[in-house]
Amino acid sequence: MHRLKKIFATDSYIVPIVAVIMGFIVGAIVMLIGGYDPIAAYSSLFQRVFGSSYDFGEAIREMTPLMFTGLAVAFAFRSGMFNIGADGQVLIGMTAASLVGIKLSGMPTYLLVPLAVIAAGLAGGLWAGFAGYLKAKRGINEVITTIMLNWIALYLSNYIVKNFLLLEGQNRSVDNPASMSMTFLASAFDNARIHWGTVLALAAATFFYLYLWKTKQGYEMRAVGFNPHAAEYAGMNVGRNVVKAMFISGVFAGLAGAGEVLGVFHYQSIFAASPGYGFDGIAVALLGLTHPFGVILAAILYGMLTYGSAGMSFGADVPPELIRIVIGSIIFFIAAQGIVRWVLKPFYFKRKKEKVS
Amino acid sequence: MSAAAPVVELKQITKRFPGIVANDSISLTLNKGEILALLGENGAGKSTLMNIVFGLYQPDEGSIEINGKPVIIDSPNKAIELGIGMVHQHFKLVEPFTVTENIVLGMEPKKGVKIDYKSAAEQVRKLSEQYGLQVNPNARIHDISVGMQQRVEIMKTLYRGADILIFDEPTAVLTPQEITELMAIMKRLVAEGKSIILITHKLKEIMEISDRVTIIRRGKVIDTVQTAGTNPNELAEKMVGRGVTFKVDKQAPQVRETVLKLNNVNSKSKEGVNLLNGLSFEVKAGEILGIAGVDGNGQSELIQAITGLRKIDSGSITVSGHEIANLPPRKISELNVSHIPEDRHKHGLVLDFSVSENMVLETYYKKPYTKNGFLQREVIDRYAEKMVAAFDVRTPSIENKARSLSGGNQQKAIIAREIDKDPVLLIAAQPTRGLDVGAIEFVQKQLIAQRDQGKAVLLISFELDEIMNVSDRIAVIYEGQIVGEVYPQDTNDQELGLMMAGSLKRGGNAGA
Repeated sequence: MHRLKKIFATDSYIVPIVAVIMGFIVGAIVMLIGGYDPIAAYSSLFQRVFGSSYDFGEAIREMTPLMFTGLAVAFAFRSGMFNIGADGQVLIGMTAASLVGIKLSGMPTYLLVPLAVIAAGLAGGLWAGFAGYLKAKRGINEVITTIMLNWIALYLSNYIVKNFLLLEGQNRSVDNPASMSMTFLASAFDNARIHWGTVLALAAATFFYLYLWKTKQGYEMRAVGFNPHAAEYAGMNVGRNVVKAMFISGVFAGLAGAGEVLGVFHYQSIFAASPGYGFDGIAVALLGLTHPFGVILAAILYGMLTYGSAGMSFGADVPPELIRIVIGSIIFFIAAQGIVRWVLKPFYFKRKKEKVS
Repeated sequence: MSAAAPVVELKQITKRFPGIVANDSISLTLNKGEILALLGENGAGKSTLMNIVFGLYQPDEGSIEINGKPVIIDSPNKAIELGIGMVHQHFKLVEPFTVTENIVLGMEPKKGVKIDYKSAAEQVRKLSEQYGLQVNPNARIHDISVGMQQRVEIMKTLYRGADILIFDEPTAVLTPQEITELMAIMKRLVAEGKSIILITHKLKEIMEISDRVTIIRRGKVIDTVQTAGTNPNELAEKMVGRGVTFKVDKQAPQVRETVLKLNNVNSKSKEGVNLLNGLSFEVKAGEILGIAGVDGNGQSELIQAITGLRKIDSGSITVSGHEIANLPPRKISELNVSHIPEDRHKHGLVLDFSVSENMVLETYYKKPYTKNGFLQREVIDRYAEKMVAAFDVRTPSIENKARSLSGGNQQKAIIAREIDKDPVLLIAAQPTRGLDVGAIEFVQKQLIAQRDQGKAVLLISFELDEIMNVSDRIAVIYEGQIVGEVYPQDTNDQELGLMMAGSLKRGGNAGA
């Protein structure tokens, strides 16, 4: 755990950049072995992302939930916790947004949308806060509780959609009248599903930064994250900070759910399995070195790769799963920084040979 | 082997870390059958040098010769192969394992595919006998005393065939009796033909046991002298680079009203064991009460009870008449109680915070450090600059992480923070643990200065010298009880030692 913490908390920026490059190289080697043309593959990947305004908009859509879940995982991590439950918190956020949006559909839009968004954030926050409470009061490891809560969230969400929100004969809810879509940008992006969630995610990253590094409460949270014993000695309430940090982490994840339901699909599906945003969020947080602005950049990269991978199979006949190798290698190189440093070493300094007289 | 070839010879070892030269062209020799003391302040480069010898670091320049042959030690395994063993300050033992299992770990004698514990235990017993270590091969580590655990560490090196033993601050965790025993063991080892490098900054031990002393200051060898031809004052001066007074100068105390009063305090562990067992004493304004005792007799629990980190089951604790038992730490801290914690890394500092952030660890939420919920960085930084200057905390800048400071400077930072609160009661737990002579002098002077300003000071220490020199009154703790109260001027080490071991009780003036 301590090692993991060290890896997560490193503040050097050169490593992730080199890790990304090395990840692409590993991907290229695998393609060569498989008899594909990596240059064609990568160029069609980027063509897919930047090729048309529609695709570019859709790539942004792909990045948005990753920004939120990445922030969620990173925030918990900075406070000394590992929130593996962002996935469940996203689902609970979705469900809350659906419930409010559909059940209160009589309300005027300018009230309904904010209300649905707030409900999503709050629901995600409480869902994660519960795991924080169990850790603070009962000493149960949050890794275990958040994983269990993921499953509860999945089946609870499906239950609610099936019983209260179902569109007859379909495997999804009725349409949600609350919409976060940025309709005024629709023409610019050729009807790509751009929504306010992206702006909210950027605001969340700013909040993350200001809260953690500029406020009294953030100071406490970081102290608890680094050294709960010293925090307790200094008179801080460790348990309260744990609950609070998990709550805020869950709010970020819940907002991702709001974006998906209110901005992208406008309805909620019955999920056969968890959508996986939360787990991608762990990767994004790691890639972004758990710094809010790093997380945003990491989400952009991750979203681009994921979205562009479809173009790779279309343009170069490379299976889109290959991008998972690239992403996996990038994360591997970030985690195994020693390898990156070893690659970089010749550029930094020349080591003298040890000589023996 | 010719008698002339030293067992270890370091030639012009230089090791640089970013920003500093940890070892600057250090040369030293260790002869067969001698104890060489390596003396130096914290951060002088002793540990770096020994880590080079033990293969954990590579020197940037210089060479090492073992028994006259040049070698490259690129890993601890290589070091072990060359007959070098290291007894670390922090033991590296597997607690639930037995003594034998720990000793053979990684080099287990095999019988087929099974580990042959029987012959292993036999070997351990033989080693124990040969060097007079009296270790029970089948005891589990968590059941034996710290002194015994250290002997297990020694046996680990012997089992691996070490002829050259490096002891890193071996006495830091031992009681006076255990220290005497360790000294005897070291003498025995040397008599059996082993050679020892002793890293320490305790002059008393050096004088007692070593043959020669090599003094290091700021990464350079200052001098190497024969122990017989020197004295502690000369050594201290060479180590610190200036004269050091050992006797703590202090006036008679001006004792005033009672500040801290504990009355019949009881606290049980989760398993129901009495950790604090009807503990009573008081500390008055203007005096230093020293709590003497062997580690593990309730000192930590006592501090936790006073600072609000441990619930007590019965009894009362008052500070200036306010009942504080079972109050949360912040409430107690706000009654002007300051606390220099026992474990500065775990409790005293957030090591990954900057020096500046650490300076306000207990006051960050108050004005002027926080306004409308936002931290006032500039105010905090200005305050930290002031404290760093006033207490001579040596750090490249207040933005550096507390982790990067040496032990002495970390302690100075904590003391600055705690004393600046202008406390009525200052609790100092092991305030000089692991510090060098210069820093110890500074810390003890600060404690006395606080007492002279009319503060009540509670000093908890395992160092008898410190208790004797600094305290105005001494209370001895044994199994969670105060078993005696004495004045330092009418007692001695032997008497205190017996009281600490629970075999002598002496009436107190304020005790139960």
